[in-house]
Amino acid sequence: MDLQGFGHLLLSGAWVTVKLALTSLAFGLLFGLIGAAAKLSKFRFARILGTLYTTLVRGIPELLLVLSIYFGGSMLLMWLASFFGYTDYIEISAFAAGVAALSIAFGAYATEVFRAALIELPKGQWESAYALGMTGPQTFFRIILPQVWRLALPGLGNLFQVLLKDTALVSVVGLDELMRQAYVASGSTKEPFTFYMAAAFIYLGLTAIATASTMLMERASNPVSRGSRA
Amino acid sequence: MNWDWSVILKYLPRLLEGTWLTLELVAISGLIGIALAVPLALMRVSTSPWVRAFPFAYIFFFRGTPLLVQIFLIYYGASQFEAVKQSVFWEILRQPYWCAIIAFSMNTAAYSAELIRGAIQAIPRGEIEAAEALGMSRPLQVRRIVLPRAFGIVLPAYGNELILMLKGSSLASTITLLDLTGMARTIIARTYTPLEIFLAAGVIYLLISGVFIGCFRLLEKRLNRYQHYRHQVPTELTKIDPRLQD
Repeated sequence: MDLQGFGHLLLSGAWVTVKLALTSLAFGLLFGLIGAAAKLSKFRFARILGTLYTTLVRGIPELLLVLSIYFGGSMLLMWLASFFGYTDYIEISAFAAGVAALSIAFGAYATEVFRAALIELPKGQWESAYALGMTGPQTFFRIILPQVWRLALPGLGNLFQVLLKDTALVSVVGLDELMRQAYVASGSTKEPFTFYMAAAFIYLGLTAIATASTMLMERASNPVSRGSRA
Repeated sequence: MNWDWSVILKYLPRLLEGTWLTLELVAISGLIGIALAVPLALMRVSTSPWVRAFPFAYIFFFRGTPLLVQIFLIYYGASQFEAVKQSVFWEILRQPYWCAIIAFSMNTAAYSAELIRGAIQAIPRGEIEAAEALGMSRPLQVRRIVLPRAFGIVLPAYGNELILMLKGSSLASTITLLDLTGMARTIIARTYTPLEIFLAAGVIYLLISGVFIGCFRLLEKRLNRYQHYRHQVPTELTKIDPRLQD
């Protein structure tokens, strides 16, 4: 495959893609945990909010989310800022809009994965921590989360792959990630097939790395598999 | 910010036009996708590694790359080759409409094939053994036992896959098609009311997925009635794609 000197451009795009994916993952996991906590909350209002979040986001195209946050977000922010007497133009960067849209979408699916994992965990885990005199947050971070993490990992790994592929959507609002660079390169060389194929292979490489890391993390989080082969 | 409801009302007919194209894309690609997915899934569960190799590579490529890359590969990529431009296929490949349908069909075929494979492997062994004991030939087993059973198992998950495809169809707007998203973008370019119009488009997408879910529940109820219908996506299938979980 002859990339005519555009290889470094694709690689720099791939780097932006990786940064975008990892940043969105961090926020997305947070949204997922909050969402799951809301859905399993004893407060009806929190449950309603959680359900509203997952139903709405899972039914709306990610592209529409990216576009509305990029184009609508600055309007919304300017409107909010006007209450504080700030009237200058506010622009949201394509990267920030991308992170917002992708982490909201990831969070909605992650909510369901975390929720399923939390339900699967025996109630006795909470009760014994309580019996030992642990506080709520202590129980959650020391007892529950490490175990939920193990149960949720396979699902989250899959969702991260989806997230990695969805980063391509942010090229539509002009972020210089992999897809956008392939577009630029194919525009100046008139060889679109070559460059989109190259981009496709880079995405395949990234998803392969993601799969391998998930498998390693799964093994590390499971004490049984770390021991002798049973 | 001045919120303008009237702009939604004014452009609703145009948005509905876009909705129609979206539904058309999903329906046509969905049908072609299923037609491709069944043979792919059957090849995927074959005992011969040679037969398994092709669907494996196909599914790996289409599930491992973004749908946007696939669309651009077909729509922009095809024009790189003189041979394609001279051939009879050019009449189809130069139209964004058909390029979108080809890309969506091939994409959903990969995802559905993987689901059908999961469903085939989730059929209890005893049912296949019973068919063998009755002296059914392999093709007859597939036709009477394996496929009907697999469809029953896959149905709840496939309904959710169809919603993922509905969402994916919004990418048609990137190759100039005026589907629901494309239409919304065109209207916004004229009126500069992104929040109002995107909200309207989002609500329409939600309504469509709501209708899809309802239809699939009814279909499931009918197809799985013999096992005291209860809606559930089998864990074998949510393992393949956690987004299919309810």
